[in-house]
Amino acid sequence: MSGLEISHLDVWFGSGHDRVDAVKDVSFRVDSGASFGLVGESGSGKSTILRALTGLVPNWSGEMLVAGEKLGKKRTAQFYKKVQMVFQDPYASLHPRHTVDQVLSETLYLHGFDAIDRRIVKLLDDVGLGPSFRFRYPHQLSGGQRQRVAIARALAPEPEILLLDEPTSALDVSVQAEILNLLVDLRMARKLTYVMVSHDLAVVGHMCERIAVMQLGEIVEIMSVADMRTMKTSHPYTKHLLESSLGYKRVESIG
Amino acid sequence: MTNAGLASGEKQSLRDWLRTETPTSRRHAKIASLYQGWLTLKSNKLAMIGLFILVFLVLVALFAPLLAPADPFEQNLANRLQPLWGQGHLLGTDSLGRDILSRLIYGARITLYIVTLVAMIAPIVGLFVGTVAGYAGGWIDTILMRITDIFLAFPRLVLALAFVAALGAGIENAVIAISLTAWPPYARIARAETLTIRGSDYISAVKLQGAGPLRIIVKHIWPLCMSSIIVRVTLDMAGIILAAAGLGFLGMGAQPPSPEWGAMISEGRKFLLDYWWVATVPGLAIFTVSLGFNLLGDGLRDVLDPKDAGDA
Amino acid sequence: MLEQQDKLLDVQNLWVKFPTRSGVFDAVRGISFSLGKERLGIVGESGSGKSMTGRAILRLIRKPGIVSADRIMLHDKDLMTMSEREMRKVRGQRISMVMQDPKFSLNPVMTVGEQIMEAYAQHAKASKADVKRKALDMLEAVSIRDPERVFRAYPHEMSGGMGQRIMIAMMLIPNPEILIADEPTSALDVSVQTQVLSIMDRLVQERGMGLIFISHDLNLVSSFCDRVLIMYAGRIVETCRADKLHEARHPYTRGLLNSLPRLTEPRERLDVLKRDPAWREAQSVSGAS
Repeated sequence: MSGLEISHLDVWFGSGHDRVDAVKDVSFRVDSGASFGLVGESGSGKSTILRALTGLVPNWSGEMLVAGEKLGKKRTAQFYKKVQMVFQDPYASLHPRHTVDQVLSETLYLHGFDAIDRRIVKLLDDVGLGPSFRFRYPHQLSGGQRQRVAIARALAPEPEILLLDEPTSALDVSVQAEILNLLVDLRMARKLTYVMVSHDLAVVGHMCERIAVMQLGEIVEIMSVADMRTMKTSHPYTKHLLESSLGYKRVESIG
Repeated sequence: MTNAGLASGEKQSLRDWLRTETPTSRRHAKIASLYQGWLTLKSNKLAMIGLFILVFLVLVALFAPLLAPADPFEQNLANRLQPLWGQGHLLGTDSLGRDILSRLIYGARITLYIVTLVAMIAPIVGLFVGTVAGYAGGWIDTILMRITDIFLAFPRLVLALAFVAALGAGIENAVIAISLTAWPPYARIARAETLTIRGSDYISAVKLQGAGPLRIIVKHIWPLCMSSIIVRVTLDMAGIILAAAGLGFLGMGAQPPSPEWGAMISEGRKFLLDYWWVATVPGLAIFTVSLGFNLLGDGLRDVLDPKDAGDA
Repeated sequence: MLEQQDKLLDVQNLWVKFPTRSGVFDAVRGISFSLGKERLGIVGESGSGKSMTGRAILRLIRKPGIVSADRIMLHDKDLMTMSEREMRKVRGQRISMVMQDPKFSLNPVMTVGEQIMEAYAQHAKASKADVKRKALDMLEAVSIRDPERVFRAYPHEMSGGMGQRIMIAMMLIPNPEILIADEPTSALDVSVQTQVLSIMDRLVQERGMGLIFISHDLNLVSSFCDRVLIMYAGRIVETCRADKLHEARHPYTRGLLNSLPRLTEPRERLDVLKRDPAWREAQSVSGAS
């Protein structure tokens, strides 16, 4: 019930002469409770798909079915209760002048929740931040802490589907591990569906069960993570991506 | 524990409370943040000089009746054009024998009045127009910006003259005239900031919570525009005071016998060569206050901008 | 141990301090290492001091930052005792630096060709035609297929990978002995990374240069470099050969290695690094080769 399905999605910016097609005829589906990865390099259109889902993109065509609801031009309040997003850059996803408390209480207020105080305390606890973080400003938080706040904000309306746009690519390696563990725990505890965008195959491999490989706006291949690990791929681009991810292969010295 | 010990113990904890990294309530967070800003400002010596000048201006204006040695309107033609230190008049007397020092002190009130009124009208109108234009985009943006351009095209004094010709001279009309030409730059600043902010992830995030444009503009965009606007206001103040003085000089602003500084310069102009202090002293007052605003504005920019830039 | 004459760079007891309103912040705390004609990797997370180390060597740290060291020897000359004018002769000509994002390190209002020619002309006296020839040669050396076109283009017209190759061309044209590369591929896509790295690899080998490769990417450094220094909180906590990185012993290094998700080995949970305060306090390990 809380899965999503995308059929023949096209997203473009500009028109006529200046039209840029960011996403071309993309179709995939994510079952309820599953974790799906969108991988590709910059310009592949993977983040654009997430933005199209959340209604942050003006020009698109095709069909998007999310939690049983067909998406139109605008998103409804129920949609925002069911689908939430965690953004890539923890330094840019929190308002610089709002405390953590303001961010969370505004979110809860907009979704019509009561007992806001209690919920804030619980949310902070769920993401591993204690009450001492409640009234801090973003510049008083580290990257990992900010990302936890962003996750708390996304969890506040009790969504079913979480869209993750490179949630750890701006974080240090050790902090990334904490955040990835947190995301895995939350998914199990709340039975969430994840759609995760990343350029890092190892991260996607850890978090997801199936992935779609994208290049220049198109899906090149959809495969299971198990296959990805064993390099069982038919498409040359996927192969190239996998090999590049394994590290640098030095060609022996000339002299 | 002695009283002194208690007092220093309490003082220590107030400072700790203000400097804390983990605020315990909304109010606490706000106050701690303001305190941090204050510390940054305090470390800038020039800005503190500016602040001092302005605080001095406010105090002088507030306590004018107590500070002024004489009645600013009392004429004494026998005593006219006394030099500095002459006959118990610290700054001399003007062409009608009025004590310049007292007129200067009461004139501070008028200057403060003008500055406050314009500071309340122009930036707020500009902020409103600019943020709505920047956020809405499309034809709303175009229309609002063209209106802004129209007002921007008017030279300040010419518009003021036209206004005053239509409505009659006086301080309030001068203030309105100045505000009408002062708001467009704020609209431009606010619009530029809004265009940058509008694409940020935190705005996208709050849209994903279902926030409407009104909430986004008022609660998210305005707080971020405030810094640039505040800095611009303080830096503009010098120009506004001079504009008011200019109007006063032309007889369009404060009317005689009002001790407005610009009017005082105008009255003293005829005597500039032989009795230079009559025009120069109010001129120096204008200079000092303008300088104060400029210094403070620069310092405020250092306080308000770094946080805007974010940190990594 | 490298003989003294094979050491290109010898850094002893380098400190970088920043006085702030709330005390002095030590970004680099007394590290020592040396560099021969090899690829030395400096790995660390943000705040470890690795970038500061690179900049300190070139004395690019401005006030209020304070750099101090017992010595930073470039062959037989101590960089710490040089005047600013002498340092200017060192920068670019003897030690060069490639930074992370060509968007920010290339001048947007000059064409690529102008910038490369400027880099060359700073350190060599030659006719304009010769300089242009040299610049075009350099662009070819970094595998740019259409050097004439790129020569006339502006940086914003180039992709990230191209930009970084241009940066490398610019930095290597004066023929320095040492290249410091500060996260040179972090802003690039994965497939472009390999390309840029192989260009850097080839050029460094051809010219017999020393390379200091600063990065947060452990895997990359272990596959690209010869020797690795791991930095934490301004100190070097471990040094080892790059191919032996996975046998590292210091708990911080092990912790970093274990917290990485691995493409070929699935794991339930990633190990979370538990920072031991003792690591901050421990003495810096010497990175002498």
